[in-house]
Amino acid sequence: MLPLKGIKVLEFAQFMAGPSAGLKMADLGAQVIKVERPGTGEAGRNIAIKNLYIDESSMVFHTANRNKQSYAANLKDAVDIEKVKQLIAQADVMTHNFRPGVMEKIGLDYDTVKAINPRIIYGVVSGYGSKGPWAKKPGQDLLIQSLTGFNHLSGNADDNPTPSGLATSDIFTGVHLVQGILAALIDRTKTGKGSIVEVSLLESTLDIQFELITTYLNNGQKQPQRAKKGNAHAFLAAPYGVYKTKDGYISIALTPLNILTKAMEIELPSIYADKNTWFTHRDEIMELLAGYFIKESTDTWMDIFEALDLKCAPVYNYEQLLNHDGYKVLQMDQEVETSDHIKMRTTRCPIHIDGQKLFSRKSAPKPGEDNEAIEKEFKLN
Amino acid sequence: MSKPLEGILVVDFSQFLSAPSASLRLADLGARVIKIEQPITGDSTRELYFSNLVMNGESSMFHAINRNKESYQANMKEVSDREKVYKLIAKADVVMHNFRPGVAEKLGISFEAVKAINSQIVYAELSGYGKEGVWKDRPGLDLMLQSISGLTTLNGNEGAGPVPIGLAVIDILSGAHLCQGILACLYRKLNAQVGGRVEVSMLESAIEYQFESITAFFTDGGQPTVRAKTNSAHAYLGAPYGVYPTQNGFIALAMGQIPFLGELLNCEELKVFTEVESWFTQRDEIKDILGKHLQTKDTTDWLAVLEPADIWCAEIMDWKTLFDTEAFKILDMIQEVNMGDGFSYKTTRCPIQINGALLKSEIGSPMKGEHTSKIKEEFSL
Repeated sequence: MLPLKGIKVLEFAQFMAGPSAGLKMADLGAQVIKVERPGTGEAGRNIAIKNLYIDESSMVFHTANRNKQSYAANLKDAVDIEKVKQLIAQADVMTHNFRPGVMEKIGLDYDTVKAINPRIIYGVVSGYGSKGPWAKKPGQDLLIQSLTGFNHLSGNADDNPTPSGLATSDIFTGVHLVQGILAALIDRTKTGKGSIVEVSLLESTLDIQFELITTYLNNGQKQPQRAKKGNAHAFLAAPYGVYKTKDGYISIALTPLNILTKAMEIELPSIYADKNTWFTHRDEIMELLAGYFIKESTDTWMDIFEALDLKCAPVYNYEQLLNHDGYKVLQMDQEVETSDHIKMRTTRCPIHIDGQKLFSRKSAPKPGEDNEAIEKEFKLN
Repeated sequence: MSKPLEGILVVDFSQFLSAPSASLRLADLGARVIKIEQPITGDSTRELYFSNLVMNGESSMFHAINRNKESYQANMKEVSDREKVYKLIAKADVVMHNFRPGVAEKLGISFEAVKAINSQIVYAELSGYGKEGVWKDRPGLDLMLQSISGLTTLNGNEGAGPVPIGLAVIDILSGAHLCQGILACLYRKLNAQVGGRVEVSMLESAIEYQFESITAFFTDGGQPTVRAKTNSAHAYLGAPYGVYPTQNGFIALAMGQIPFLGELLNCEELKVFTEVESWFTQRDEIKDILGKHLQTKDTTDWLAVLEPADIWCAEIMDWKTLFDTEAFKILDMIQEVNMGDGFSYKTTRCPIQINGALLKSEIGSPMKGEHTSKIKEEFSL
């Protein structure tokens, strides 16, 4: 039995953060129903990368919304909203990411919903929290990465601020939303009462920097200084970083410099005998190492390092990764299929439960695809 | 306010960042977390330094990850110590570790062994690469997982080589997934009185993190990942998505119709890109034009034009700039915590809010074995 079997989730949330939370709950066994506007559905259906679409909806939408149902309802229509309230009365969880004030206007703010269903867990995703001067600003992944100092951590010293090239803020915020909702469900089991759970892109993106911000706050607020070349972490000493080899790249994770140089048969200059210099003289040391790495192929270095169990890895692109036996054994991808029999290959849930990988062939629904079934199941009238 | 996980006991054998970040979240949500640390050195992270910063004799990283926990030192290779820990496990709700495959068996805390002691336990384990296949015995360190999973091909500009994300994003994400699985199984345990097993690997988490771009790779027939030549912020998104230098700083632009941007910014050359597809297919050209144009004025000048037009944009901030804003201060994101010996330090709080309350805790990280005798007494070990 999947752990969230029997849990009913109503997802009013759009785009990526909220829907990625709904996806995780669906894969863990919950019934997740997207409540969408009739016809066009949620706005995320039109957010595409590389102009890729699966049907009328984008590939991005299909990736974050598989394994869900769709109930189309016009939240400004009295008849529809009445049915939605009947759904709410029978649900365990609902999520939304409207800007502050919008749910009040619709009449589905927490106080109203709580009066309908005191046991519900009401999950809210915002950009910047519910109060303060930024509360009504648009909250979007790249903007949040930019505002939180996150872009000063990646890339080399002379590079422009470098964001992560994927929706890091959205993904972590969605993950935190699931954590809060599940904790509130546990609490409900003991107290019988529901809760409101709130997360924001801003707080979640600060949270993932918690170790570094803690260092900053307790170290005289010294700004992060990226390495000059091959930077992989502004706060870590040499040799941590990425190096070019004769035919590719290799990355060196936490490995003491003297052990690495011994493995590479480099005589470590005596000025670097003191470990503190590995951070204070990081750029010079990394440059010295780079001069050796370039002389051999990645495989040659890996053979030497793997025999010593050193913490290093080759750098792969998707083609190299997805064709590797180390990837294939995971069975990490799966095929999903729409009601029109359009197939899409995508990833599965990364969590194993009771020794089982969690697969699901169900794709993302069309807007309103499940109205009839849901009206029947929940006896809406 | 009572916290949702009050009454939950977690016995945590994990080290470093991945799984310990999960137990930190459980602690902040109200669980009692007892770290089982090896004799003499304890958690190796105690001596893993960022920026050579020593805080009360130990690393800032350790203090950030392990606040709000208790420490119990035990030599699991010795029968008498092991028997005592078994008594603790008998009372626990969750047992977790992040040993490499095979180690938990040697220490007498395999799933089977723990289940024999406590049949309703939620047993959670985090590995680098899963338990099968050619990579299973490799060390699982964040940078290694970023490197093999294709993640470094997404960040930075085309031609820059691999660009890792400058913090341990895979450690933190896999820990967050572990936490999700634990919470889902705790919910089931409370409702159905059954234990559960949760397994997460850093590799699977790294792949799910990239679910959009990996699904794109499957969908577009395996075309190589190509980043923008300049101002890149997402390999799979068109212009204007990116970070741009201005006369006095940097600005992030997330979305916007290119001709409309041309009008707003008074940039004639952008007005010719009327085809939506061209914003992706000709993004290097567009970004080049936009990049040159944005350097002609200050960040605030551009924001004053773009924000009223509801264009998604933001100033690039460092921590100091952000922390001085009202929007940050109102979050109350920084808390001071105190160690048993009186040492106090600043760190971030849990990013989740439940019932309008912040999940704060004043308890700092434990000294090595600080709670060993107290726990022995309390649990009559």
